[in-house]
Amino acid sequence: MSKADVDSALREIRIALLEADVALSVVKEFIVLVREKALGQEVTRSVTPGQMVIKIVNDHLVEILGVGASELNLATTPPAVIMLVGLQGSGKTTTTAKLAKHLRSQYRKNAIMTSLDIRRPAAQQQLKSLGETHSIPTLPIVPFETPEMITERALDTGKKEGHDVILLDTAGRLHIDDSMMSEALKIQDLSNPCEILFVADSMTGQDAVNAARAFSERLNITGIILTRIDGDARGGAALSIREVTGTPIKLMGTGEKIDDIEVFHPDRIASRILGMGDVVSLVEKAQETVREEEAEEFARKLQKGQFDLEDMAKQLGQMRKMGGVGGILNKLPSVGKIKNQLQDANIDDNVISRQEAIIFSMTTAERKNPKLFNGSRRRRIAEGSGTTVQEVNRLLKQHKEMAKAMKKMSKLGRKGFTKGMPQGMPPGILPRI
Amino acid sequence: MTQNDWLSRLKNGLSRTSAHLNEGIAQALKNKNLDESTLDDLEDILITSDMGVSAAAKLRDEVAKAKFEKEPSFKDIKYFLAAKIADILKPVEQPLLIDNSKKPFVILVQGVNGSGKTTTIGKLAKIFTEEGKSVLLAAGDTFRAAAIEQLQIWGDRTGCRVISHTSGADPAGLVFDALGTARRDNIDLVIIDTAGRLQNRDDLMAELHKISRVIRKLDQTAPHCCLLILDATVGQNALSQVEKFQKTSQITGLVMNKLDGSARGGILVSLAEKFKLPVHAIGVGEGEDDLMPFNAEDFAKNLLGLNN
Repeated sequence: MSKADVDSALREIRIALLEADVALSVVKEFIVLVREKALGQEVTRSVTPGQMVIKIVNDHLVEILGVGASELNLATTPPAVIMLVGLQGSGKTTTTAKLAKHLRSQYRKNAIMTSLDIRRPAAQQQLKSLGETHSIPTLPIVPFETPEMITERALDTGKKEGHDVILLDTAGRLHIDDSMMSEALKIQDLSNPCEILFVADSMTGQDAVNAARAFSERLNITGIILTRIDGDARGGAALSIREVTGTPIKLMGTGEKIDDIEVFHPDRIASRILGMGDVVSLVEKAQETVREEEAEEFARKLQKGQFDLEDMAKQLGQMRKMGGVGGILNKLPSVGKIKNQLQDANIDDNVISRQEAIIFSMTTAERKNPKLFNGSRRRRIAEGSGTTVQEVNRLLKQHKEMAKAMKKMSKLGRKGFTKGMPQGMPPGILPRI
Repeated sequence: MTQNDWLSRLKNGLSRTSAHLNEGIAQALKNKNLDESTLDDLEDILITSDMGVSAAAKLRDEVAKAKFEKEPSFKDIKYFLAAKIADILKPVEQPLLIDNSKKPFVILVQGVNGSGKTTTIGKLAKIFTEEGKSVLLAAGDTFRAAAIEQLQIWGDRTGCRVISHTSGADPAGLVFDALGTARRDNIDLVIIDTAGRLQNRDDLMAELHKISRVIRKLDQTAPHCCLLILDATVGQNALSQVEKFQKTSQITGLVMNKLDGSARGGILVSLAEKFKLPVHAIGVGEGEDDLMPFNAEDFAKNLLGLNN
């Protein structure tokens, strides 16, 4: 992909991300990263470079959004404390009740809910009613207590009554309200929570970065809950908050009912943020088609007992993409002894690149027909690829062995066996030193 | 009209030292254009205010076309831009007018969850009772837990009567009762709270439509005011909110809350251009006095960080 292709596509992506409410600073960083990733990548047949960039952006988004995705951390001597914080109206109280239910159904944990919101009228009452409706215990309301006093009472009660989890629903606060932020810090220090979850509205705009940054600077935020995902907002705040806090998005609120809480799905949110789901699936389909066609062609060739140097180059290329020999070895579960041997043999991943270079220095006719190689051709190729005649010879020998092995396999005639080959490794592919 | 009473009173609380936005343009000049990086910086300020990409680009172009006589400071350019934004917002700067000939005057308050509807109602109740009006609050949010209690507390604080049904009751029935009571007791103003709802939930929007229908059955001209409450921290979705609430119930005006944080509510510029709906007030805190009349110039200056 050329610079011009990538840049023009990224201009479009920039607008799409901004329209999805991804914060400008986050968009700028993101674009730089994707640009690096996209430059020089091959464009799958039948899609445009622009479409290819969109696919790369989408994959990168899914990756970032999903980083560190994990379950709730409750690893402590019970009761474990979970504290929910956020701006006013982000949905903390409703989420607290949903979380209590989620803990019960998914973790078999019994939670007691506590409202520390003495500011918003009837906020404590709201949590109490939710508890009554859904049979979730709540800490009894005692008028005129400070949030700190309520917290201490919650810790006591949680211990005494044997609750697994204490949920602290804090008052909504502005990140620029210093006294309220200090109050939250005091509660954190008092209760030593396993999780401090930043509850954020998925409709949040550019300000998401400011709020999220301030909250994570003052408190030990451990995760994010994204609310109102059932709305029609594009949800770019998810990316902003994820990037700024460096903590995973753990859960998302998907409706007004108590069961409307789900584990976070990065792919779903990524395609929403980008708003180009159709392009992404188009590219995926094209890539699949190409893969299938290549696989079929390869299978056909093998059946005829053909495995030319062109095919070998493809195999080498795939190996390199998989992270070289080391990368492949790490992906193999238990090659045990072989693995050690190979590691001892000290295989240099450069070997793969050098072998590729050798093949690329051949003419098309040579690649199709290795019988053509005489001394002068070999010398020419060694020179052209910056290698030696010995290396060229070694490669040709290796190819011969591989072709022989392939022929043997095709004679076994097991249908479908060769179909997945390009993804896997044919025998003898590992370069020899 | 009496609305001027509360407006003028609120205005006193505002720092009216507003530097004239036109100062910057007064020196607008003929020769020099601005360089790209200055324009980029300006555009970034606009984008981070949630104005939206296209509105920001449009304003950038306007600044780019402007000629300045001598080298303007960045602040000068900001003032110039603020004036442009104030021009867009000026037509929607309209106070909330209470027509005394309508009795009761009915205000229907709606918006998405967590935008601050109930709190805004509390603030409005304070303003109008202090003006000597009799105000009745209708607890139309029968869905959310303790929403009725929350409004009741505001009623107690402001000395307004609150009409409520039990949680889970049909809000349309509640509204019917509230309006009946208001007529019987010769109440001046009824403010109806509704449950927060996401604008893409058709079932909930239908419920809102039903509430309007019931109101109209009792008074053809009501609701006299349909307020949509917006949250300044919300981004581009505000466009969808206005569009869809507008479709369901004829929105007559907007209130934007949570401008006391670091969100600058730039989307209001796009909304003004697209929907031209009056903006009555802004919310700047949780207290009962934290509602201010919307002022286009102040808002524009705040958007560009020119306050203080």
